[in-house]
Amino acid sequence: MTEYIVLSAILFTIGAVGVLTRRNALVVFMCVELMLNACNLALVTFAKQHGNLDGQIAAFFVMVVAAAEVVVGLAIIMTIFRTRRSASVDDASLLKY
Amino acid sequence: MEFDKPVLAYAELWPMLVVFGVAVAGVLVEAFLAREHRFRAQVALTLLGLVVALGGSIYVASELDTLRGGDSDEVVARGTITAGGTLVVDGPTVALWIMTLVFAIGGLLLFAERRLEGGLSAFAGQAAALPGTEAEREASTKGLDHTEVYPLAMFAVGGMLLFPAANDLLTMFVALEVLSLPLYLLCGLARRRRLLSQEAALKYFMLGAFSSGFFLYGVALIYGFAGTMNLAGINEAVRNDSSNQALLLIGMGMLAVGLLFKVGAVPFQSWTPDVYQGAPTAVTGFMAACTKVAAFGALLRLFYVAFGADRWSWQPMLWIVAILTMVVGAIVACTQTDVKRLLAYSSIAHTGFLLTGVLGVQAATSLGENEITSLQAVLFYLATYGPATIGAFAIVTVVRDAGGEATSFEKWTGLGKRAPLVAGVFGFFLLSMAGIPLTGGFMGKWAVFTVALSAGAWPVVLVAILSSIISVFFYVRLILLLFFRGEMPEEKEMAAADAEDAGGGVATATRTELATVTTPSLATTGVIAVTAALTLLLGVMPGPVLDLLADAGQFIR
Repeated sequence: MTEYIVLSAILFTIGAVGVLTRRNALVVFMCVELMLNACNLALVTFAKQHGNLDGQIAAFFVMVVAAAEVVVGLAIIMTIFRTRRSASVDDASLLKY
Repeated sequence: MEFDKPVLAYAELWPMLVVFGVAVAGVLVEAFLAREHRFRAQVALTLLGLVVALGGSIYVASELDTLRGGDSDEVVARGTITAGGTLVVDGPTVALWIMTLVFAIGGLLLFAERRLEGGLSAFAGQAAALPGTEAEREASTKGLDHTEVYPLAMFAVGGMLLFPAANDLLTMFVALEVLSLPLYLLCGLARRRRLLSQEAALKYFMLGAFSSGFFLYGVALIYGFAGTMNLAGINEAVRNDSSNQALLLIGMGMLAVGLLFKVGAVPFQSWTPDVYQGAPTAVTGFMAACTKVAAFGALLRLFYVAFGADRWSWQPMLWIVAILTMVVGAIVACTQTDVKRLLAYSSIAHTGFLLTGVLGVQAATSLGENEITSLQAVLFYLATYGPATIGAFAIVTVVRDAGGEATSFEKWTGLGKRAPLVAGVFGFFLLSMAGIPLTGGFMGKWAVFTVALSAGAWPVVLVAILSSIISVFFYVRLILLLFFRGEMPEEKEMAAADAEDAGGGVATATRTELATVTTPSLATTGVIAVTAALTLLLGVMPGPVLDLLADAGQFIR
């Protein structure tokens, strides 16, 4: 069991570091999705370990939520890309201080 | 494995179901009704739904079952656990519902304001049209309007009602997303300054998704620790199971990240000023008040019900977060030159004060006569914070110049002379946020500080009082700007120069155009009047509300 938890922690960390270091909004968004999938792996592993279904059911809910998030997120990234001709998160910097 | 069919207590849950039902009906209205009728239909449907849900919540509050327990068979809580243990409708839940719905009605009345833009709403005519293009101008002249904002807002309100009622980590996560996703979109739909608005949406979305990733990993770890997602089950495991403390602590921290992000606590506050400034002001008012109510409800339930037994692990963390939040909020607010950003930093400072309340005494049994629990204190603070915030943002929508809302300080200079009433009411809201006696804000601060003191968190209270004093500085500075700073000498010279230039036939536009108050429709005027009245009432006689909150009792554990 531990291997799967370690793997999920590694995936989560890769996702989190990616969000913090990457500049393209789409890549940042993919990293967020990676974090959610790492959560799913942890949830099903713990479900297996505890021998109940809560974690597996949760994984399904997370997939649905992630799909909804993709819809909203891509809509927002698309709009800002069309206005600015750039998907870099560094370019969106009108609001500060 | 057995599967028990969950039973839904419709008698208690129907106010929330009404809100979700109206949201779905709103989507159908978008699909089937002709464009010219949509605005009226949506506004009527939304407000009707919210008012029915509010009436329903009040009715549910009066009908809640009482739960007895303990040695002396006292009433320990009121309410019921339903939907297979995933939802709980108890006194605090219903109190939070009532607050959320009242603030949501105020916020949505601001959404429905169309007189300020000359018959158009504050939302983009066509969000898909690029800013500054022919398509956008065409949408504007045709009078197009995104009436989708009403169903979106209703879904957000539904999520906000579900969030504090969740008795299960998974339900809490789903509620968090249901309330957040529509808000991300609403932030990006401003009619004017669309680049700022879209940027706000992008920032809010990216950081929001990042923080909900942390929340979810926290859910997974706590599930790994306890073997269940149910809050009562987690409480059981926290009490009895001392193995895997690492899972518990890391999981608790990650859940806290998700929730503290939503309430805008330091170090997760960076989105707050940008989003508050960039979003359409009506959305900012709605989200500032309602999200905070819902998120604090969930935060309190999570930490009191699930992790109440492990208080010594999370209290030091919240001490530090509360202190940092108050100090950073108050100090950075002093450097602001934009009204919306100032209100954003002030809302960060308020989060700190609310967190101070969270650190107070939880058990009603360990209290003396006339003392209140920290749950009541936090709820009361939220009740005083909401009206002042919505009212202040409502006033920001009516102070305008040729380019729409004017939010920079220089344009607000001397507003008290041009529009004494509006500036006076705005000053009153600021005084309430600063916590001056005779306003709701003072009673709220008094409540949270006393509960924190009685729990021995005096260092936090000391910092809270100091940052209150700092915050008085920036609120009063803005009030002085409104009332006591007339035209500066150099401005007079410039005005004279302008006049000469005009005489000579050369017009100069170097002088800043000052903002004036545009007369809004009855909706905005009503919101400002009611929120001002509520702020005054809560400050002068807080007794009835405090009694009602005392009747609401504690969370069902």
